[in-house]
Amino acid sequence: MKAKEFALKLGLTEQEYGTIEKGLGREPNENELGMFSVMWSEHCSYKNTRKELRKFPTTGPAVLVKAGEENAGVVDAGDGLALAYKIESHNHPSAVEPFQGAATGVGGILRDIFTMGARPVAFMDSLRFGRPEAKGEAGKRTRSLIHGVVAGISHYGNCVGVPTVGGELVFDPAYEGNPLVNVFCLGTLRHDQIRRGAAKGVGNPVFYVGAKTGRDGLAGAAFASRDLTEESKADRPAVQVGDPFVGKLLFEACLELYARPDLVVGVQDMGAAGLTCSTCETASRGGSGIEIELDRVPQREKGMTPYEILLSESQERMLIIVHKGREKELKEIFAKWGLDAAEIGYVTETGKVVVKESGKVVAEVPARLLADDAPVYEREAKVPAKLAERQKLDLKKILPEKPKVKEDLIKLASSPATGSRRWVWNQYDHMVGLRTVVRPGGDAAVLRIEKPGGGWVHVAMTLDGNGRWCAQDPREGSKALVAEACRNLACAGAVPLGLTDNLNYGNPHDPEIFWQLREGVEGMAEACRFFDLPVTGGNVSLYNQSPSGPIHPTPVVGVVGKVEDGVHLVPGVFGKGGGAILLLGTQESGGLGASLYLQEIHGVLAGKLGKVDLAAEKKLHVLMRGVLKLAGVRAVHDVGESGILWALAEMCFGEESAGAEVTIACGQGERPEEALFGEGAGRILLEVEEETVTMIEQLAKEAGVGCYRLGKSSGTDLQITCGSVQERWGVRELRKLFTESLPQALEG
Amino acid sequence: MRFAVIQFPGSNCDQDCVHALQVLGQEARLVWHQETKIDPEEGVILPGGFSYGDYLRCGAIARFSPIMPAVKAAAGRGQVVVGICNGFQILCEAGLLPGALTRNEGLHFRCEKAYLRVETPASRFTSHYVTGEMLTIPIAHGEGCYRASPEILQELEAQQRVLFRYCNAEGQVVAEANPNGSSHNIAGICNAGRNVLGMMPHPERCCEAEMGGTDGRGILLGAAGIGRKI
Repeated sequence: MKAKEFALKLGLTEQEYGTIEKGLGREPNENELGMFSVMWSEHCSYKNTRKELRKFPTTGPAVLVKAGEENAGVVDAGDGLALAYKIESHNHPSAVEPFQGAATGVGGILRDIFTMGARPVAFMDSLRFGRPEAKGEAGKRTRSLIHGVVAGISHYGNCVGVPTVGGELVFDPAYEGNPLVNVFCLGTLRHDQIRRGAAKGVGNPVFYVGAKTGRDGLAGAAFASRDLTEESKADRPAVQVGDPFVGKLLFEACLELYARPDLVVGVQDMGAAGLTCSTCETASRGGSGIEIELDRVPQREKGMTPYEILLSESQERMLIIVHKGREKELKEIFAKWGLDAAEIGYVTETGKVVVKESGKVVAEVPARLLADDAPVYEREAKVPAKLAERQKLDLKKILPEKPKVKEDLIKLASSPATGSRRWVWNQYDHMVGLRTVVRPGGDAAVLRIEKPGGGWVHVAMTLDGNGRWCAQDPREGSKALVAEACRNLACAGAVPLGLTDNLNYGNPHDPEIFWQLREGVEGMAEACRFFDLPVTGGNVSLYNQSPSGPIHPTPVVGVVGKVEDGVHLVPGVFGKGGGAILLLGTQESGGLGASLYLQEIHGVLAGKLGKVDLAAEKKLHVLMRGVLKLAGVRAVHDVGESGILWALAEMCFGEESAGAEVTIACGQGERPEEALFGEGAGRILLEVEEETVTMIEQLAKEAGVGCYRLGKSSGTDLQITCGSVQERWGVRELRKLFTESLPQALEG
Repeated sequence: MRFAVIQFPGSNCDQDCVHALQVLGQEARLVWHQETKIDPEEGVILPGGFSYGDYLRCGAIARFSPIMPAVKAAAGRGQVVVGICNGFQILCEAGLLPGALTRNEGLHFRCEKAYLRVETPASRFTSHYVTGEMLTIPIAHGEGCYRASPEILQELEAQQRVLFRYCNAEGQVVAEANPNGSSHNIAGICNAGRNVLGMMPHPERCCEAEMGGTDGRGILLGAAGIGRKI
């Protein structure tokens, strides 16, 4: 096959082929084209999104390692402590092979974190599927995907001994053909322990450590940069196979290695694009070159071609460059952990990645050309033709004349979309490591992290996404996400330090999809700037579409923050009763546009989210953190999806929680359903001791934030008054529905 | 007292055990599985995790580790040996405790709090408690279903070697409270010499209020030979 023909077959464009030929000054061979096809895929190069990503704020006083510099961003948590964290997607692999797809997603993000020199201490996962209760083949397939993905995460995360402390699980028909599996990992380290992925010092040896190279995951990065089709199952060989046991040994061995003074020069994990990516990126960052000999690469099977070795995405492998003369120490440490450590090459001054097989050059490419000079595209963006139509909302046509709030809440509680996620997180070890202070199920997870000099820092984290909001209004929806994530942290008394984003969208060549992406990025960027929140990196996952269409535009944000000194961490559920229930923020519901309520109860996705008042939001968060320093706060929960009534119901769902008696304001001309189920931002519910109420009211007044007394926690019923509506539910019955809906949908 | 916490490749509760013991004022050192010595004065902890990936059968490979003869010798000399979770599985595989731990009845890995009923104070591990006392201690395992022959179960019961059973929030030992299908709701047993304890729940995870409870303290302090303060 001619080189150009082969290039096109690999997914490179004619123009890209031209650039390669020009850059090399000759016709590339097949190995080289394979390398370019993965390095210049969207997954590795961000060629379609790079221009958009530049809109994010990426700097700030807390940023120690910026977005794009290394495998993960690092922020300062004070007292010499640093946090490395990142989110990454494994959507396509999970769609065709859910167990291994999800497991290797966990393994991949884990490597990104310990590559930075950090000890991984927590995972979170953001998962999206179709409806598990759907009838027929679709439901069956969805249920099997959910079981596979949860089991895969549980398998890898539990075995490596890193707790999975939070996340989200969303069911929406929009993800039926293309599930989303986004995995987040947080690691901790001292400032002086930050590792860089640069190959420096001519003559320094380059080591390959960890698992052997096999034929799995061949060109997975390129596979992830295409639409999912009926034929995608044939791409199963592009899915890697994970071995968490080796993953665990590898990170313990690496951390032991890093602890030796002045031994390691640079580290890079072999994730997407494996050996190709790790060699060209380290060389490019170091302004150097690397020469490797493939015969020395530990291989799982005989007869692998250079092409296969270079493009394999076998898991649990790292590239490590050490100072010359220190080879023995590295070998001893990896031998102790029972892992391969092979010296496969050395650092050169040529600026090139040179690959040899049995002494013969099989690829020779300038590192910069491969790693950094991928083309950057300006994609066309167009407002979706049907957007204005979709954003219209005529409640008169949807809601019944007389509100049926009683049934509505029962339906919500019985839906797997809103039910308790305990079935999922009980399968994850969320306690190992003795750091988990606030466990899954609340607004944000909280970990205690040992300070370098002793004592603890408390770190809060949350993952938030909302495809419905973003489908109806990508800009405001994305802003609302950032606001919600920061609000979740505020409910744990934490100041946000940094954000990592996973941009999940459809095919960027479709101008309407690209418009969604651009709006999403700009909305997020605006909110981040407002909250002084640097974006420290993340992941872009495009081509999330199947024959049934593209997914909702679904940016997912992971925000990490530090709990302020003096904050009392309180539960998200009511105590035994006798407390006052307060609403902090606004009484405005935001209406039912894009709400889960409309979708779940009336089967309609219409309208759009109300505008997010970022200034009010910020004031609310500052106040919230202050209020949590008072002694009399018993419970706190933010108002999010499904609105204030659902938030109140959730607060009744603790094992020993009382019910509540509340009155919720219904605006003039507003339907009670809007007041009760609207998903407007800027609201937090509190249960507090009676004696604390005046103090909180005073603080709220000074802060310029609304504070409204809704009622009290008491009895065993949830009772509400809202405009013309007066209803009551037995908490025990509601809780039973809430607890059982998900297991029932999944296990029958 | 000093404890040797054995580190197998794939152990992941080793550091947690060291931390919990230190919180309780005890000394702890990590012992790599390829070492061969345990001091005659030390207690031994086999921590939770996935030794050797648990790919064959939980604990099946770990029992061949170079450290295991020393662990057996220590147990034989009457030294304290505690196996938690994967450690319990290893003790069964190594023959230091009878029976075996198989896949949870519900097939899923389960990480949650479990209520335990103390069956007898007659062991150093339960010396802080009275019969029928209820403890809340988390579990986190996929293979914690205790199985043994009827003869062995009878012997365990007759010799009061079942130290902990899963119970409900009211302290009743009922089938619904059994998280993994264990025979006789067994959560923890000891050997005939009453110096070797194996239990699936994790006492090291509940030695500090911030971690959600302190019910595990008595077990580890008891193991260290420290009696209950009255």
